[in-house]
Amino acid sequence: MSENTSLNLQRDKGNSLGLGGIVKKILFDNMVTILFVVLCIFGIYFSGQSLAFITGELITRIARNAFLVLSLIIPVLAGMGLNFGIVIGAMAGQIAIIAVTHWKITGIAGFLLCILISTPLAILFGYFTGRLLNKTKGQEMIASMILGFFANGLYQLLFLFFIGTIIPMKNPTLVLSGGIGIKNTIDLSGGIKYAVDGLYRMPLSLALLIISLILIVINIYKYLETKKIKRKDNEKYLFSVGASILLLILSIALMVFRTSFMFIKVPFVTILVIVAICIFNVFIVKTKLGQDFRTVGQDMHVANVSGINVDKIRVTAIIISTVLAAWGQLIFLQNIGTLNTYGSHEQVGMFAIAALLIGGASVTKATNSQAIIGIILFHTLFIVSPLAGKNLLGSAQIGEYFRVFVAYGVIGVSLGLHAFKQQIEAKNKFKSQ
Amino acid sequence: MPKKLQETINRIGIPRLIITAFFIFLCILAVLLGLPIGSLISDTLVRTGMNGVLVLAMVPGILCGIGLNFGLPLGIVCGLIGGLISIEMNLTGLKAFSVAVLISVPISAVVGYFYGMLLNKVKGSEMMVSTYVGFSAVSLMCIGWLVMPFNSPEIKWPIGKGLRTTITLTSRYAKVLDNLFSFSIGGIVFPTGLLAFFLICCFIMWRFLRSRAGIAMKAVGDNPVFASASGINVNKSRIIGTMLSTILGAVGIIAYAQSFGFYQLYQAPMMMGFAAVAAVLIGGASAKNAKISHVILGTFLFQGLLTVALPVANKIVTEGNLAEVLRIIVSNGIILYALTKVGGGGE
Repeated sequence: MSENTSLNLQRDKGNSLGLGGIVKKILFDNMVTILFVVLCIFGIYFSGQSLAFITGELITRIARNAFLVLSLIIPVLAGMGLNFGIVIGAMAGQIAIIAVTHWKITGIAGFLLCILISTPLAILFGYFTGRLLNKTKGQEMIASMILGFFANGLYQLLFLFFIGTIIPMKNPTLVLSGGIGIKNTIDLSGGIKYAVDGLYRMPLSLALLIISLILIVINIYKYLETKKIKRKDNEKYLFSVGASILLLILSIALMVFRTSFMFIKVPFVTILVIVAICIFNVFIVKTKLGQDFRTVGQDMHVANVSGINVDKIRVTAIIISTVLAAWGQLIFLQNIGTLNTYGSHEQVGMFAIAALLIGGASVTKATNSQAIIGIILFHTLFIVSPLAGKNLLGSAQIGEYFRVFVAYGVIGVSLGLHAFKQQIEAKNKFKSQ
Repeated sequence: MPKKLQETINRIGIPRLIITAFFIFLCILAVLLGLPIGSLISDTLVRTGMNGVLVLAMVPGILCGIGLNFGLPLGIVCGLIGGLISIEMNLTGLKAFSVAVLISVPISAVVGYFYGMLLNKVKGSEMMVSTYVGFSAVSLMCIGWLVMPFNSPEIKWPIGKGLRTTITLTSRYAKVLDNLFSFSIGGIVFPTGLLAFFLICCFIMWRFLRSRAGIAMKAVGDNPVFASASGINVNKSRIIGTMLSTILGAVGIIAYAQSFGFYQLYQAPMMMGFAAVAAVLIGGASAKNAKISHVILGTFLFQGLLTVALPVANKIVTEGNLAEVLRIIVSNGIILYALTKVGGGGE
């Protein structure tokens, strides 16, 4: 109770006392993210890796994981918390991949067919997930997590025992030697590996150039727009323009000075798809459906009274998330190149959620930029922690376990903090009544 | 009459009926397939005793209002530390077992106290938080196992750093409880000591639930506002329940390990909480209410199902591990069912 009032005091000070207060507020609000920035800098320093190597790895990993993380945002908007059920979407994606690999359709055609197959499956799975989550209101996260485990059991039943018995399938490269069950690992090279990534790879410097130019144009446009209606917070767009110009200079510098950075290539089409999904996440808020999501997310009761079919909206949110997760898993696997039939999907939910939370998101608020920042930080830690652990503590294993601990820990802490805040809010409400 | 039947089915719950029917079906199948019934029954008895205390750990958690304690791995890790210390002290037999329990109890009590304080701060989302507390504790202890200063060659890797992933108890106290006063009738071996240990734990819990503190705890779990109005310290009662659950988790893993013959470190305890939760739910408990009888019945049913399913499945499908898949589906299915009954839904 007392902590909370002191926090409020701090906030009030921040509003009235200018710079010092504002800095304090920014520090407090972004505690988790700042902590991870510091951790990453330490990790990079102690791992002794070159920046070029880390950047290259990071770009691959952003392209690989961003879509999955972005698929989490809409359920958060609809007040359903972090959707651990994206594991089920990932399963839909993998079912499609196994089918397409069996039919030997390769390249981008195979990938598009995967999307075609996985979408109706994901819609179906999403529908059932949504129905279940409507029965467990208030416990959505644990229910979606357990549902993920449960679905994993059904998934194993399907691919270990039904293939070859109920579902006839003769394919010695996919099916186990006994004729029943799919093999543990499926090689996708020669199949859909790099189907999207390989379409066009752009040098990093050129990609940065384009991105910075786009950012400059957008921010100047927004600045002029807000100036017209005299909004006060438009300095932040000027600040963004400045940052984008710096990025522009950096990209030109990379082009001029031939460093090892020039060998880094960006999978252009994948990044384009990720940008598209970011735009989708922003624009859906502006539609009627998006407004319904937000109303339901803020207060189910109020939404119900104002004539919104709460259950239906919640199911819709989960369906969108599940479909996006299925596509995300397809993008993930076309980059990885091997499908681990019984393992690829298991950790998907946990890692995506941890990345989102590290970016500063919470159970009730998540944005595109938090997702991207989170992925960058989380995967930087992934890249550097084994080597940093080895150099610092003499054991790569420690670094390895450390990052697993970080993934679980950050989820635990942020769930805990959220519940704690809720409890205090409820108490305050109770008192004010 | 059909209405009464409907009521009974609702009270028992459809998943429970399916599981029980499935168990009976498997037993009949086992007889038809000519599997050795005697050893199946003894295995079931052993596994019931083995897992019983871990399942019992759910009861104080559920009754004090923190719901299903998915954070059981926290207690398990404490038990593992106690067990390792007893090996490090170079003890054997029943003495080593008792020392392991005696060491792990205070450790888990302290850990459980802080865990309970944490859970008091997150009322309403205990299950989610406790799941991740359990996960993080296990992964943090992975680092712990790598750096802990144990010296016994049975615990450490012969070369390199850190502790072994599995620690054999054959020369220490494997099956001390199982073999204590054990006897066999018609091919069925009764692990008397193990079952007695389990039942004694159950009895202590039963007695506790009828003591002053136990009744207060149950009141808190039933209705915290009412309990608080009648002068019960809600937070304190919840902490007591959480502590008891954690302590039973620690004792439970030692009893489990002595029968299993190994301590499993690193990632192994991660999912053990889920099995315990599933067992107590199968026995008839809910996220709000649990009885000792639920524990005994649930453990027996769940472990019996797994024990019988394994050889039956192997007879039917030779490849793959059908029983393991079955375990995943049954245990998570029953947890999901219980979650839909927690409340909120169904308007």
